[in-house]
Amino acid sequence: MQPIIHVKGLDKRFGEFQALKDVSLDVSAGEKIVVCGPSGSGKSTLIRCINRLESHDAGEIIVDGVTLADQTANQVRREVGMVFQQFNLFPHLTVLRNLTLGPMRARGLSADKAEARAMEYLTRVKIPEQAKKLPTQLSGGQQQRVAIARALCMEPKIMLFDEPTSALDPEMIAEVLDVMAELADSGMTMIVVTHEMGFAKRVADRMVFMDKGEIVETAPPEQFFSAPLTERCQTFLNQILGH
Amino acid sequence: MRWAVFPVLLLLAACGSEGWYVVDPTLPAGRSNLWFMISGFWYTILLSATALAMAVPGALLIALCGLSSNRWLQRIYRAYVELIRAIPLLVLILWVYYGLPDLDIRIALFWSGVVALAIGESAFLAEVFRGGIQSVPRGQIEAAKAISLGYTDTMRYVILPQAIRRILPALGNQFIYVVKMSALVSIIGAPELTRKANELIVTEYRALEIYSVLALEYLVLVLVLSAGVRWLERRMGADERKA
Repeated sequence: MQPIIHVKGLDKRFGEFQALKDVSLDVSAGEKIVVCGPSGSGKSTLIRCINRLESHDAGEIIVDGVTLADQTANQVRREVGMVFQQFNLFPHLTVLRNLTLGPMRARGLSADKAEARAMEYLTRVKIPEQAKKLPTQLSGGQQQRVAIARALCMEPKIMLFDEPTSALDPEMIAEVLDVMAELADSGMTMIVVTHEMGFAKRVADRMVFMDKGEIVETAPPEQFFSAPLTERCQTFLNQILGH
Repeated sequence: MRWAVFPVLLLLAACGSEGWYVVDPTLPAGRSNLWFMISGFWYTILLSATALAMAVPGALLIALCGLSSNRWLQRIYRAYVELIRAIPLLVLILWVYYGLPDLDIRIALFWSGVVALAIGESAFLAEVFRGGIQSVPRGQIEAAKAISLGYTDTMRYVILPQAIRRILPALGNQFIYVVKMSALVSIIGAPELTRKANELIVTEYRALEIYSVLALEYLVLVLVLSAGVRWLERRMGADERKA
């Protein structure tokens, strides 16, 4: 089957620093990928390249049949939702308006339709009662769920998560991971950068381990956690699972 | 409380002067002199308001050039700001009104004042806008891109509302500055407040009293403007708490 995301020979530099080195990854529709690795390993850069928040220096990315370039960035972004570590909700707009802005301006939905859709997804992330509030009036976990709903309102085929629980207080992590797990069960194609290994074991079809800008190891979770092939991966797993 | 200082100063000044009859509203001559001075209000207001109406959108466009990733636009921005900021407003007014006709560009008195004020102001306003837009966290632009908003929508719905709220106090300063600097347009004979005062002094020879009234006139204008800006701050601040 044709992969929905095709990454081949990807290079990315920030000045002297090589953030990605010859990275290749194919993701089929409906697949859940969890990307992990030490900080600075290029995990975030990889998924940011997939919706063109970063441009790449060499290699190619084809998303849903479209080759990524400056001209096609917006076309690809319509099919790719993204959730950020810092939520990045629009603080001056109500929760509802955060959700309807994209569908109305980028998808051309009427206000009524956009609001109906927004309420549907707010219900899915279990906070429909917060629609009229401002983001700053919500807890971190609620804000991140709004951010997930905002991405879903664009009805993307693919969802990217960039360390979605790293900025959360510990007691709020579960509510966000639950929403993500439900989304995974619904058949969404997902790439998740996270260190939540419990979530990874539960949800991932494939684990991707990155270090120093390279994909070091790719394996199904059972194999990945029980018998990692490389020493680098083993060391990393010991470090984050060891405590 | 600051209000009180001015009338007190006036009163002190009054003690040392016999000449208050020229602006005494209880006397017919004083009344007609006061009316003569007050009749400059509309010109000052119209001049400042028109200049600002041109300078604000112009400065915004200039600032967006400065923030563009195009190096040539950035250079043009820098050159414009540095050049315009370096020219004293008085020189700019003289240049437009007396200089341009040598190039067969003849601009009517009122519009000469407007153009000189607007151009002189635009460079300062552009820097204010640039600073405000840059102060909005990068994550906001990325979030807007991620829901595939285009440049215009991103600016209009996401960045500018947040930027303008932050720069309102600085914008207020610039608005006040324009109203006060409009006094310089008296030099080319525009019948605004300062010109009216000067004309009256030619016949009445009472500089202290007439200039005191003139200062009061500007005080009234600036206080009204400043109250307006604070009202705007409250209105825009009320629906966005500090994030």
